[in-house]
This record gives sequence, C-alpha cells and structure tokens, in this order.
Amino acid sequence: MTVKKIAKSDFTSFVDALIRTEKTIGVQAKGDRFDFAPLESAKDLRLDYDVTLQPPKKYFLPPSEVLLTFEVGGPYQSQLDGQKFILLGVHPYDMVAINQMDELFQQDNCDVHYVTRRQNATIIACDVAKPSDHVFASSMGTAVVKKGYDILLTDIGDSFVAEAATPKGEQLLAKAKGVKADAQALKKREDVWARNKKSLNKHELKCDPAYLPKLLAKAYKHPVWEEKAKTCFSCGSCNQVCPTCYCFNVQDDVNWDLKTGQRVREWDGCLLDGFTKVAPAHEFRKARADRFRHRLYRKGAYVPQKIGGQIACVGCGRCVGACLPDIANPVSIYNRLIDDLGIG
Amino acid sequence: MCQCCAEKKDIYLPQLATVADISQMNVTEKYLRLAMDDGQFDFLPGQFVEISVAGIGEAPITISSSPTLGDSFELVVRKIGRVSGAIHNLKRGDKVGIRGPLGKGVYPVEEAKGKNLVFICGGIGMVPQRSFINYVLDNRGDYGDVAILQGTKSYDLRLFTSEIDAWSKRGDVQMLETLDEGDPRWKGNVGVVTKLVAKIETDLKSAMILVCGPPIMYKFVLMALAEHDVPHGNIFLNLERKMKCGVGKCGHCQINHAYVCMSGPVFRYSDLASLPEAI
Repeated sequence: MTVKKIAKSDFTSFVDALIRTEKTIGVQAKGDRFDFAPLESAKDLRLDYDVTLQPPKKYFLPPSEVLLTFEVGGPYQSQLDGQKFILLGVHPYDMVAINQMDELFQQDNCDVHYVTRRQNATIIACDVAKPSDHVFASSMGTAVVKKGYDILLTDIGDSFVAEAATPKGEQLLAKAKGVKADAQALKKREDVWARNKKSLNKHELKCDPAYLPKLLAKAYKHPVWEEKAKTCFSCGSCNQVCPTCYCFNVQDDVNWDLKTGQRVREWDGCLLDGFTKVAPAHEFRKARADRFRHRLYRKGAYVPQKIGGQIACVGCGRCVGACLPDIANPVSIYNRLIDDLGIG
Repeated sequence: MCQCCAEKKDIYLPQLATVADISQMNVTEKYLRLAMDDGQFDFLPGQFVEISVAGIGEAPITISSSPTLGDSFELVVRKIGRVSGAIHNLKRGDKVGIRGPLGKGVYPVEEAKGKNLVFICGGIGMVPQRSFINYVLDNRGDYGDVAILQGTKSYDLRLFTSEIDAWSKRGDVQMLETLDEGDPRWKGNVGVVTKLVAKIETDLKSAMILVCGPPIMYKFVLMALAEHDVPHGNIFLNLERKMKCGVGKCGHCQINHAYVCMSGPVFRYSDLASLPEAI
C-alpha cells in the first residue's frame, strides 16, 4: 500500500477537500481541551492534541440512538444510519479500542446498527504528537497501532507520513498532494513510534498487561475494592469517558400522537446504582465496592475472555482525569495488587 | 461484510405475535398464550423471549409452556414494573413484539433421559420449570421418577392449581406442595419449600435436580441438597438478572464473566464455581 510524505500546507488543502466531499469529523479545541466534532475548515483541525474529552466511540455507538420505530399494533422497523463519514485524528489507543468494539459487536449476535456505522466510516488515525497528563498507553501496548484504520498519519515535523491500509484509504490518499515517502521520512516515523512506545507512560504498570487476568484471578477478595469504593460517588464518569465501555440501556419513547414512537438505545454504566436492579426492589450488585470491582474485572479479565486475551483497557487515561475522588486509575489499582500479591 | 449486514438482519427487531388467550391467574399473575404471526416458533425448555409492548418497552420472560404444546406458547407475567403492568392490560387479539427464543443455557432435555428428576420451585419459579415438567410428562417413557416440589407464599398466590391437581393424581409423579403461611382453606404442608426435600422418595444422589425460585431461595435449597450429598453436576439452577438486550451486548445480566442471556438462564451448579456473584 502507498506511503506518502505530505507537506503540512498540502495536508491542509487535502483536509479542506475532504470536508467539501464528505462529512468529516476531526479533533478540535474545546476550551483548553480537545474533542471530536464535525469539521468546517481544516484550520480547526488539531492533530497536535494530547487526548480528547470523549473517545471517538460515540460515532459508532452514539450516547443515544434510535434502533427501531413502531406504530402501536403494527410491525417494528429497523432504523440504520446510512451516512458515510470520515473520522480524522484517531489516536492509536482509541483505534485499539475501536478494533475491540468491532469484535465485540460482531461476535455471537452481530449488531447491525454498530456495524453499519463502522462500515460507513473511513478512519484516518494519527500517532500521538503530545502525551496527555494521564496516558499509559505504553504500559498497555497501545502506543502504536497496526490495524483498523484506513490511513495512518505520523507527524514528522514539517510534514506527515501517511500510509494507506485499505482500498478505501488508498483511494482517499490518492487525492492528497505528496511524494512517495523516502527512507529518511520512514526513519523519522520509526523514531516517533519508538519514542511513543516509551513516553506515553505517565503511569507505569508493573507487569505485562497479558498478566492482568491471572493477577485478578487471585484478587477478588482483596481489600482494595472496598478501600477505593469508599469514596466512589457511583457517578459513572469513568464509564462515560471510557473507549471500551459499551453497556447500554434500551427504552421506548412515544411521539405526541401516542401512536408512533421509537425504541432508543442509550449509554449505561456498570458503576451506576440501579444497573442490576430488577423490579420491584432486588439489586444484584448493590454494594459500591462490587460495582467498582466489576468495572476493573471487565477491563482486565471478563472482556479479555471474549476477545482472545486482549486487555480491554487501552491506557488512554481519561478515567483518571474524569474521576473526582481520584480512585479510578487502573494502574494504581493493578500495581497495588502486584505489590500485595506478587507476580507469578 | 458479515452476513447480518448483507441481509440487514437486526437482532433487536421484534416480530409480531398475537395474544391468543389471556387470563388473570391470581392477584399478581397473568397468563398469556401467544401465536407468532408468521407461524414459526421453535424453542427448548428453559429458553426465554423478549416481549415488547409498543411504546412501553421490552422485558425478558421465560417460556412457561412445553415445546410439545404446538404452534403457540405460553407466558406467565407478574405485574411488577412498567412493561409487566402493560402486559396485564393486553386483550385477546392484541399485538405484541417477540424476539427469541433466546438463551443457550437450557434444561438438560437429552442428558436427563432415563434419569430421576426433582423439580424444586419457589413461587413463580414454577413458571419456567413448567416448560420442562410438561415436556417430561409428554415424553413420560423417556424419564425416570419425577418429583415436583412447589413452595408458595400464601394460598391466594398458588398458580396452575388444576394442573398441579392433575399431576398429583397421575400416579407417576410425586407432587409435594407447601405454603409459607398457613390458611384455613389449606390442608397440606406449611413451611418453606426446603422442608419438603426430606420427603422426596427418589434417590437424591443420582437424581437431576432442577431449581427455580426467588434469589433468596437458592442458598437454602443448595444447603438442603448438600445434606444429601447431591453432586453439584446434577443440580441445575434457573437464574434471573436484569436484562435489556438478551443477546450478549448490553451488560446488565452479567454474573462475573458470564452473560445470563448467553450462557443461561439455566446453569449447572458445578459451572457456577467460577461465578461468585451467582448465588
């Protein structure tokens, strides 16, 4: 596949051309932070960002989406989002998360709503230019990514190295003005990868992430869950900003005519009180500590069982920054368990 | 592109069914017989459906009838929340949405052949158990002794009374029933369902035990069975959890790593050793 070197000024023209032809979503400043939002001009694109407030997951699994429509007494109709779009500036750790979601939503019972959006998307990933305050992707093995995107961009100073990875990416990249990446440019890209594999590590996990399921297998009754959960607000912020959280609720909304309506899927969170509550009053995971533990076990043990051992924490560090009582940091919990229980 | 997307097959899309029959069973339970509008419906005892009332929502309910019933299937629903409340307001001829049958953890229909069976039911735990009970009775020659234990809170909450009377009179079923609270109209056993375990005539150690009841009941039933050294591999528990999607995505029904909608709702007790949240 093609690997091009594109001068930054040419890249800006390329992005403006993309915006004119297709809905393009890219990373932009939001106050003094960053977030993904529809782009109106290439000048708003900020590929020098550290981390976005929300992961790009919302474009495949929106916070709220209509699954079906109905008319009372009549058949239900599937509603699929047909809009094609370009997602520009996905960091490697978020790309890994999307790759995991792809597996989870397709396995066993394939979720056509998710997969349709995913197939409508063209993903232009980009290597991290500036580490965020809490990133630990280096520890999780997600500082660089090798699959899932259509094009991968790497900032090498005055230009980008852009590599197409799919026919869709190849087609798009053909429109960009640039030259075939030379050995010097490729070497600079290797240097960025080598740097990021080490530097995206504001919190350092004391073990290989592959060891986490084994660590958790002996940590179920460890006091850390109770200790941390004592100050947990059960607010679900950690769920909300997580690129690999995908639990949801489903409910019906009725229109003003009281005849037609829609079935809506909305994000839910396993930390929220009531997540396991059945009518009239029984709650299966009532204790905060049990819910707190469940989230960490989903990331480090339960979801990995479904996706061939991949750890479902990609080290973006968003939960660390989002948690008010500062208890969500997975690395500090895992390291504490390693200190107490040892490795092996 | 995967097959589901090529066909735009939607796992969340209910198919229409018509209420063929509906009646009040007691103060809180309603009986429904449903027929799929497209006629197709094959299921195994222990499987559940997601039933939709348009505009209100969807709820998972285990099928109460045996597959041997024929083209239609039966549900029994306790009025307890929004969706179940709306189900109670349905009338014959009304349309509901059905997804399913769902659940891969079903009653051990084949494995139980030739074995003695003990059904332990608490309250509306009888509802899902009845699917397998009637399946066994419709294929009576394939199974050994059958004992059915039913514990109900009070006289007025008893379910399937005429069916239970018929089972008592068959001669090839040991039917034991008890009420938690005594009642002047009730001449039978009084006390919790575990008290009936000692009265079972079949050999418990070699029997298959099928259990369904309120969450609190399992612990006590398992303690009673432990006194008789029943191997854990011979005990099957029908577990209930909050559930939304029913197809292994939404996360609500998870018991540790297991999804009740995928691995259950019927679990072999020996498989629950790795699921400390189960009981």
